[in-house]
Amino acid sequence: MQFFFEVLIGGLLSGIMYSLVALGFVLIFKASGVLNFAQGAMVYFAALSVVGCMEKGAPLWLALILAFAIMTLLGIATEKFVLRKMVNQTPIALFMATIGLSFFIEGLAPMLWGNEVRPLDIGIVDEPIPYILDSYNMVVSSFDLFAAGVAVALVAGLALFFQYTRVGRALRAVADDHQAALSIGIPLQHIWALVWAVAGFVALVAGMLWGSRNGVQYALTFTALKALPVLILGGFTSVPGAIVGGLIIGASEKLAEIYIPPVLAEVFGGNFGGIENWFPYVLALLFLLVRPEGLFGERHIDRV
Amino acid sequence: MARQIGDVILDLKNISLRFGGVKALTDISFDVREHEIRAIIGPNGAGKSSMLNVINGVYRPQEGEIIFRGEHRRNMDTHAAAEAGFARTFQNIALFKGMTVLDNLMAGRNLKMKSNFLQHALWWGPAKREELAHRRKVEEVIDFLDIEHIRKTPVGRLPYGLQKRVELARALAAEPQILLLDEPMAGMNVEEKQDMCRFILDVNDQLGTTIVLIEHDMGVVMDISDRVVVLDYGKKIGDGVPDDVKNNPEVIAAYLGTQH
Amino acid sequence: MFYRETGQFKTSYAADQQIFPIRQDRIGVVLLLIAAFVVMPLAASNYWFNAILIPFLIFSLAAIGLNILTGYAGQLSLGSAAFMAVGAYAAYNFQVRVEGMPILVSFMLAGLTSAGVGILFGLPSLRIKGFYLAVATLAAQFFIVWCLTKFPYLSNNSSSGVISVPGIEILGIKFDAPQERYLLVLAIVALLALVAKNMVRSTTGRAWMAVRDMDVAAEVIGIRLMRTKLLAFAISSFYCGVAGALYAFCYLGSVEPDGFSLDLSFKILFMIIVGGVGSILGSFLGAAFILLLPIFLDIFLPWLSALLQLPFDGATVSHIQLMVFGALIMFFLIVEPHGLARLWQIGKEKLRLWPFPH
Repeated sequence: MQFFFEVLIGGLLSGIMYSLVALGFVLIFKASGVLNFAQGAMVYFAALSVVGCMEKGAPLWLALILAFAIMTLLGIATEKFVLRKMVNQTPIALFMATIGLSFFIEGLAPMLWGNEVRPLDIGIVDEPIPYILDSYNMVVSSFDLFAAGVAVALVAGLALFFQYTRVGRALRAVADDHQAALSIGIPLQHIWALVWAVAGFVALVAGMLWGSRNGVQYALTFTALKALPVLILGGFTSVPGAIVGGLIIGASEKLAEIYIPPVLAEVFGGNFGGIENWFPYVLALLFLLVRPEGLFGERHIDRV
Repeated sequence: MARQIGDVILDLKNISLRFGGVKALTDISFDVREHEIRAIIGPNGAGKSSMLNVINGVYRPQEGEIIFRGEHRRNMDTHAAAEAGFARTFQNIALFKGMTVLDNLMAGRNLKMKSNFLQHALWWGPAKREELAHRRKVEEVIDFLDIEHIRKTPVGRLPYGLQKRVELARALAAEPQILLLDEPMAGMNVEEKQDMCRFILDVNDQLGTTIVLIEHDMGVVMDISDRVVVLDYGKKIGDGVPDDVKNNPEVIAAYLGTQH
Repeated sequence: MFYRETGQFKTSYAADQQIFPIRQDRIGVVLLLIAAFVVMPLAASNYWFNAILIPFLIFSLAAIGLNILTGYAGQLSLGSAAFMAVGAYAAYNFQVRVEGMPILVSFMLAGLTSAGVGILFGLPSLRIKGFYLAVATLAAQFFIVWCLTKFPYLSNNSSSGVISVPGIEILGIKFDAPQERYLLVLAIVALLALVAKNMVRSTTGRAWMAVRDMDVAAEVIGIRLMRTKLLAFAISSFYCGVAGALYAFCYLGSVEPDGFSLDLSFKILFMIIVGGVGSILGSFLGAAFILLLPIFLDIFLPWLSALLQLPFDGATVSHIQLMVFGALIMFFLIVEPHGLARLWQIGKEKLRLWPFPH
């Protein structure tokens, strides 16, 4: 039982890491209706930029600022050269364009900073917390706890930003109705560039956490694939959905990884590891079949 | 040919439709007779489009009954409605934008085509014969509505007025018994409206098609329809021949505001 | 001047509904077929067969498959490679396990197996749409590849799922040499392309496009959404499955599940974006473009680096390839969302009027 809880807590905490990536998707989707497949590539690019700047001699804080600047530039460029030229196209076309963007970034990032795997140290150790280990005999990583704290802070910060700043209000207006927002004088294009910058910031945070845990490497782009089932579960437009979805996916994935392969091996014989690649998708899919509108979505009525 | 208005073919009884807590339609009953032009009017948000959607099964009402040619149903189902001979147009044009006019019309006849995809795959025997036979029928509709010149144009490239006409053509291609038209003249200029009116009257007159029509232009409605039903806030407030409806105090109140 | 339809009057609907209603086009197609079936086998080198022509034809077939689902029926799929994998492994199993199984029957059954799996993964499309569905197809991508790796039965107990296909023999004739394999692939692809064209220009295709363009209206005119979507999934998977079988038997000879990765799915998706979404011709054009581009870059980039005195190492070349791919996709989506097929069509329309401007 103790082991079960240990796995569960570990899963929940790593789910937070998925939520962080999913959050970037949600921000852009809400503001512009674009499902940005390049979010994973952005996580990679951001983390690589930080490491790259530090290799050139910048201290961590400066590297973070520079990386954020780069992500902002990327956001502005994407808006100016891609999204603005595709205003009349279908969401699916926009999505495919972001797949192209993803490839572009995956080529650009290592061109600028090199493609070898590099460690990233942000000063948090990935070790069991002694107190919990002593009193409950459970392994809970201090790093995971730190990541969870960062995620909570980030969500709270974003919520305050959206609720109380002028730009935040404009963002919510745009998310609600592009045409209406445009008609009352909200500069749509600035807002889109801005939201890409914010998504870049979220990617930066995710990149720091993922990068310092697994090393800064190309595999960081696969975080997008981890976030997608979180999105179908939580809905593309819901921030709480991204968080709760991440927790559910994280926890069930870790539990499944522990408990399902032995059962399969029992029945068929052989080794059935590696189910974490597809398990979240199948889980999310089954959930959708029961509740097509997702966790927090509203039932949609087609008007004709 | 003078058309003869026949018996009731479509009878709607006590229809109520809700979306969550919002009542779109409350206890509405009216009937439609064969060969007539039946108009549904009412201010914006009165539930007119919802009513059409109930008739051909896009929405399912919580209460009420739909009787079509003596057959009682709790609600319609889009496919059953299409098979029973309902065809319609939509308020915000619902054409297949990536397809040519010809393909849109051919698609309108899909229920009449019996060959299967394997026969299509080989473009062989029955599939080819059927395709050509239906092409002939579709050309008749094209001729009727005067759209020969745009036959092979993708619908998305056509101007609004023509798209409305093509949508009518697609509905006619199915050789419907009842035609449901949702604001066929919205957003048109006077000339286009006159053309559309002519087409609707011709369809009714020459093909004998029963027509249920939603329209905002009172002049048009009063001119061409045989009977009018008036909705307001999802309730029926008037029903009868145009002259009666015109003088109904409740209808006047709904349109011009109430006198206190 | 040569490309005029003046004087070619259509006197029947049959004549008007041909695949190539213009006489010059028909002549062109005949010439193209002669070139493909007669000239190529005599003229091309082994390198051309193995590195360009055979993969081009196979990927064209897979692109037609994806185009049926995504371009015609409007259901975005990111899992085409997985259905190719199903086809490859199914064909292999039929060949290995059934004594004396004719190879063409195996290909057919591989397509049908893939179609069955396609229907299974198409079921969610009945309740979910758009992005949700696109993400759901990723489930197929990851799950199928995982199954092929983990269930030894599927690869006849070979280690880590790698299969090496037996040689091909039809009616006692061996298809070993590159040009023999090429002719086999060409015949299958040409036939299936014709079949696909027939489907998309008939009621079946119109139902797909109707569902793509406006599903509510499609339902109202009596098209059954469920049947139409599942048929699209089935036919699309059939094409991908046959392409996968050819990929294993006529192109690589030995494949592993991981070869049918998400990257391969994206590659096929790129083919239809560049070639033309909703166009059979576009599937061929896109496949050619996406296959030739890396070959071109491999030649062009070293030349460029020599010219600019910049040392490009292998990694840089592959990074530049990624960037060029990504940029091209965005470029096509922005400038010509209907891809090369549309450019071809515009070119023909211009040519019809040439040398007059209107």
